[in-house]
Amino acid sequence: MESRSGRLAWLPHLILLAGLLLVGFPIYVTFVGSTLTTPEILSGHMSLLPGGHLVENYLTALTQGMPQLSGVPVARLMLNSLAMALAIAFGKMAISFLSAYAIVFFRFPGRMVCFWMIFLTLMLPVEVRIVPTFQVAASLGLIDTYGGLAIPLIASATATLLFRQFFLTVPDELIEAARLDGAGPLRFLKDVLLPLSSTNLAALFVILFVYGWNQYLWPLLVTNTASMTTLVVGIKSMLTVDANTPWHLVMATAILAMLPPAAVVLLMQRWFVKGLVESEK
Amino acid sequence: MATVTLSAVTKSYAGNAVIHGVDCAIADGEFIVIVGPSGCGKSTLLRMVAGLEAITSGTIAIGSRVVNKVEPKDRDIAMVFQNYALYPHMTVFDNMAYGLKIRGLAKSEIRARVDKAAAILQLEALLGRTPRQLSGGQRQRVAMGRAIVREPQVFLFDEPLSNLDAKLRVQMRVEIKRLQQRLGTTSIYVTHDQTEAMTLADRLIVLNAGIAEQIGRPIELYERPASLFVAGFIGSPAMNFLDATVGAGGQLILAGAMLPALPPVAVPAGTEITLGIRPEHLMVAGDGEAAASLQVEMIELLGADTIAYGTLGEGGPSLLMRLNGSVGIAPGTRLPLRFPPERLHLFDRRSGRRLDHP
Repeated sequence: MESRSGRLAWLPHLILLAGLLLVGFPIYVTFVGSTLTTPEILSGHMSLLPGGHLVENYLTALTQGMPQLSGVPVARLMLNSLAMALAIAFGKMAISFLSAYAIVFFRFPGRMVCFWMIFLTLMLPVEVRIVPTFQVAASLGLIDTYGGLAIPLIASATATLLFRQFFLTVPDELIEAARLDGAGPLRFLKDVLLPLSSTNLAALFVILFVYGWNQYLWPLLVTNTASMTTLVVGIKSMLTVDANTPWHLVMATAILAMLPPAAVVLLMQRWFVKGLVESEK
Repeated sequence: MATVTLSAVTKSYAGNAVIHGVDCAIADGEFIVIVGPSGCGKSTLLRMVAGLEAITSGTIAIGSRVVNKVEPKDRDIAMVFQNYALYPHMTVFDNMAYGLKIRGLAKSEIRARVDKAAAILQLEALLGRTPRQLSGGQRQRVAMGRAIVREPQVFLFDEPLSNLDAKLRVQMRVEIKRLQQRLGTTSIYVTHDQTEAMTLADRLIVLNAGIAEQIGRPIELYERPASLFVAGFIGSPAMNFLDATVGAGGQLILAGAMLPALPPVAVPAGTEITLGIRPEHLMVAGDGEAAASLQVEMIELLGADTIAYGTLGEGGPSLLMRLNGSVGIAPGTRLPLRFPPERLHLFDRRSGRRLDHP
């Protein structure tokens, strides 16, 4: 980071451009594919310029059911994904905020045991505990429900640890000042801690929304009905082994699947960076 | 307004005593300063009055009510913290109003109280800002404002000026004193700065390792320190201490010097004592009355006065002397010294307690 001028100034730009191409090109191809027809895509020399079926393809995907999805339109799947992603993001934020609050600000027997138990779950990702989790979800009648999609993914050790680290930086004197002002634990949480955590919450929301949106394995297991499944799972089921895959619709759906997370990141970019980089003074 | 009474207050952490039984009756409207070196327990004592630390034994009463088991918010006190502890996301107005809002005061009443406090502290123009837009001195004033609006019976200050630069500290010190006189609220103020302590206090508590060494008016502590610790802590530059022995005729024998007997010293001959004399009380002797001499090694010209560093006689114990005005003395000079008897402080060398002499 010495200087931005000099003989090597072009190098970082070159690396950035290469990276951009690497990531951007497949997305561009997907977009182009979503404006063509399946025969055009499969013709062997697919055009790299957008074709004329943009509106048509997207409308078809969004509103018309296709046989691979048992006739459920993509709009419905997007709604499912959105509901799941939002429920996971807000659920995780609420749960981890409260558990970090309990661990940092209260002295109770077994406090450290609780902390380590939460910490240990970091070593058990969803995939490892998926069979017992499924068993529990099934026994609770959560199969094919929004609850089943979101609730098992809500507990989050990472977010709890993030809040814990932030709470530890809150000066003791601020807590004492609130005590002298007569603010009880819940008031302190609402009036002081929550506003102070706003940038952290925003950053976490972005991360968790994308995490929830991109879930694949769990929704695949917990939903059996086509109308309850999510967009990411839906894309996979559109890819059939025979030659009937509607590639133009798959491409359009893939682009649609990318839009909400991208929108969340773009809209919350300023908060996101602030929350990760800056700590409140 | 109220009295505060500490009776045999102690504090231990896991069996380690940090406050060893402090007794003090603070009068209504009095400004008490607790002073001592860092780690002496002065903040702990204050926090026990605030209710932020539990009291191990003894009682603390505010007015006639023993508050040992009373929640901080119900003690009718207000505290100003060292780092101000302002809510960073709230405006100055909200910072000051928060406690009142929780107590359920009417909006108009809150507005009136905050405006009044803001006027006293000249914060009117800053009410809409957040703490990060304020300078250190302004934050300090907001912290005071937050205490004032509560109209408490007791103000507690925990080293409120130590985060300010020297000039601002002096200015805020005057403001705090003026404010306290105007409001007449009983105040307890903790500091490690003896100048701050001397200037603010009606009475001082000098705390050393959890023991109240002396409680009294600042000038009493300066003129009649009860122990070696107080003598060394109060006054700047610090008091000179010289080892001495009481001679057979009641005179004091210093290393290489003999002071005339002080009339009735109630100390047996041969007792080992520590003799204290403040640098400003050492006198240059006239002809024929020199009891000892100062071998000057270095001088500091401060303008208003001059500090001479040196030793008592050649190679004796080190000694400081403060002379009025700018006095040009070359290092190496030998100044004849006189020890005014009424300015001498005698301490038992073993216990450190003051030995009285008239």
